[in-house]
Amino acid sequence: MAQAPALPGGFELPLEPRLPRIGSVDQVAVEERAASLARRSIKRESKLFALDLAVRMIDLTTLEGADTPGKIAALCSKAMRPDPADLTVPPVAAVCIYPNLVPIALERVRGSGVRVASVATAFPSGQSPLEIKVEEAARVVELGADEIDMVIDRGAFLAGEYARVYDEVRRVKEVCGDAHLKVILETGELGTYDNVRRASLLAIAGGADFIKTSTGKVQPAATLPVTLVMLEAIRDVYEETGRKIGMKPAGGIRHAKQAVQYLVLLHETLGPEWLTPELFRFGASSLLNDVLLQIRKEKTGRYQSPDYFTID
Amino acid sequence: MTEIEKRQDRAPVVPSAFEYATAPESREIVRLEERYGLFIGGEWVEPRSGELQPTISPATEEELAEVSYAGPEDVGLAVDSAREAFDNGWSSIAPSERAKYLFRIARILQERSREFAVLESLDGGKPIRESRDVDLPLAAAHFFYYAGWADKLEYAFPNRKPRPLGVAGQIIPWNFPLLMLAWKIAPALAAGNTVVLKPAETTPLTALLFCDVVRQAELPPGVVNIVTGDGRAGAELVKHPGVDKVAFTGSTDVGKEIQRAVAGTDKRLTLELGGKAANIIFDDAPLDQAVEGIINGIYFNPGHVCCAGSRLLVQESIYEQVIAKLKRRMGTLRVGDPLDKNTDVGAINSKEQLEKITELVAAGEEEGAEIYQPPCRLPEKGWWFAPTVFTNVAQSYRIAQEEIFGPVLSVLTFRTPDEAVEKANNTPYGLSAGVWTEKGSRILAMAQRLRAGVIWANTYNRFDPASPFGGYKESGFGREGGLHGLEPYSRFE
Repeated sequence: MAQAPALPGGFELPLEPRLPRIGSVDQVAVEERAASLARRSIKRESKLFALDLAVRMIDLTTLEGADTPGKIAALCSKAMRPDPADLTVPPVAAVCIYPNLVPIALERVRGSGVRVASVATAFPSGQSPLEIKVEEAARVVELGADEIDMVIDRGAFLAGEYARVYDEVRRVKEVCGDAHLKVILETGELGTYDNVRRASLLAIAGGADFIKTSTGKVQPAATLPVTLVMLEAIRDVYEETGRKIGMKPAGGIRHAKQAVQYLVLLHETLGPEWLTPELFRFGASSLLNDVLLQIRKEKTGRYQSPDYFTID
Repeated sequence: MTEIEKRQDRAPVVPSAFEYATAPESREIVRLEERYGLFIGGEWVEPRSGELQPTISPATEEELAEVSYAGPEDVGLAVDSAREAFDNGWSSIAPSERAKYLFRIARILQERSREFAVLESLDGGKPIRESRDVDLPLAAAHFFYYAGWADKLEYAFPNRKPRPLGVAGQIIPWNFPLLMLAWKIAPALAAGNTVVLKPAETTPLTALLFCDVVRQAELPPGVVNIVTGDGRAGAELVKHPGVDKVAFTGSTDVGKEIQRAVAGTDKRLTLELGGKAANIIFDDAPLDQAVEGIINGIYFNPGHVCCAGSRLLVQESIYEQVIAKLKRRMGTLRVGDPLDKNTDVGAINSKEQLEKITELVAAGEEEGAEIYQPPCRLPEKGWWFAPTVFTNVAQSYRIAQEEIFGPVLSVLTFRTPDEAVEKANNTPYGLSAGVWTEKGSRILAMAQRLRAGVIWANTYNRFDPASPFGGYKESGFGREGGLHGLEPYSRFE
């Protein structure tokens, strides 16, 4: 009798006993499904709800070598009050920055509810010794970051060393304490949807609170089909174990229309329960202003010039 | 109210802050006549029979137009006109000229595809998403494909000299009205025949609009004749002595009658009849995509598909997981207005069909199968049936044996590939099958052993004009599409 495919080498780990079978993904079908959901149109009232939700889900990001205290200060102001002309627009979920800038950001956003997320573990490549990566994560937590965005070691993953990938996630999770752990798979480097699914389950087994598509440094970054594959992995884990994992597509989401498509995908795959910043984030920088533009349009019926929205 | 109606009435509708807008396609683009005549010899003519009947939109029960019902005299005139067109030019013009006409028709269909898609959904009840994305592109593709063959017939059949047969009498069903018209007319014309086509009585409008395309393409009069009507007109066409070839797509019962009627004549015959296809899910399949395939296999064009994957065979080791995923996915299906772009499942084509589905579903419940329907509110007017799945189905139940031709899925399980093949083949039909597995060798092995004309691997209900389509056993004989599709319209010297 046919059996489910054997676990690949190195997969014989202390995985959660009730994690779903690894399974596989059919490329043609998953892309077709994602494309058909992208053609849905949502109600006008739902649109405002969706846009407002999108703002609350944004991890406003700057990850440049040129980031300075001044840049971070501006980003934090924008995060706390995205549209100074319309105070009903909520703050975003978090700012996402490099470790050295965490203290400055913390000081700026204190009391606002905006969280501080920092990348860690030799972002963006992850190609450094494990001890250093764990140490980096520990230091970022010490500095007070609320959320840690770690990268998996794609080199190890593609070499088939799944146990190493799993161990790294587990070690980082151990030092995270109360901080939320987002695990970046860098799907643009994984090559197949099967790998995306496998890496998602590995990260979740290792203790990820969120799984995240991309660093933003590699093309392609987030796409609808990749996100669908990851959401389906999350759904399988939820149905099997009851554990709720969050999802963060990052990179390449620039327009409000795209954000709404992601929310439609999320709603169809995981249902209304997941429509919260606790379980879904957008990693983006330029998306915010387009969403603000659309919110203003929904409220006033007119499009404003982009000059009326601050560039920070 | 029947049991099922009561259940649907009670079903709660899940409220959500995140609702889809109704996004109806405008009807404006379609201009309907009050009444339609018959299209004979390139002209609209009044039916000699004098009979007119309304055609109704199944989603609203609205009367769309009055359509002529052809009598024996009308059918005779149509066949004569086709014969004249055949003798006076069409069979002897340069094949490259025939190709030009077909290319022209294909292009006009593309240009007017929106109009045709809206009309198809209006008259037949299928969601605009399907008529727009499937029916119309495929219909045009069929004309393009056979246009390409028209001047290359001698290469199609090496060392044989293909000659046209003469007049083809073609009878098509209501599930894909325009697409079936394209499947029939394109190869017939490419091979040099002329045609008399009878559309189904419940869905004549796109065929009648196609007459406009025929004129726009300046096809010589009489090459394509469209006679509307019911089974009586079809029977007249089949038995008319001037018809050289009969092509029929429809139910197995009518197919058998037609075969009896042409017995003892020298008429050629191809039949594309019913099916009860097995959609087989192995335990290594990509499950979420397989579930999409199951949905697409049975709820596409609400199950009004002869090759629908109406019997789901699931390997027992993944049975519970698949059923849970399937039920969850069924809950997100949107049933309603066919003209709404967000609609997944449209109306049932006719009252008769709804009665047949209801009757078979009741039989399934009586025999002991377990029924599940997701909560959904069906429109009050029109003919509707909620997506339905039966579990605990035994091979002997009627719902596992008979073609339901509606959004009703019967689920059975198997333990080994051998058992899957045995159960899949254990049916009087043999039109199509689906196999879901990651294992390439298993796909090939299954394809060898399944007695079905079309086998899809890790997909379902996918069509292409280059691929032949047809059945085994009571699903009929002869192939449509591809090179194979030219053969039934040719004789060889």
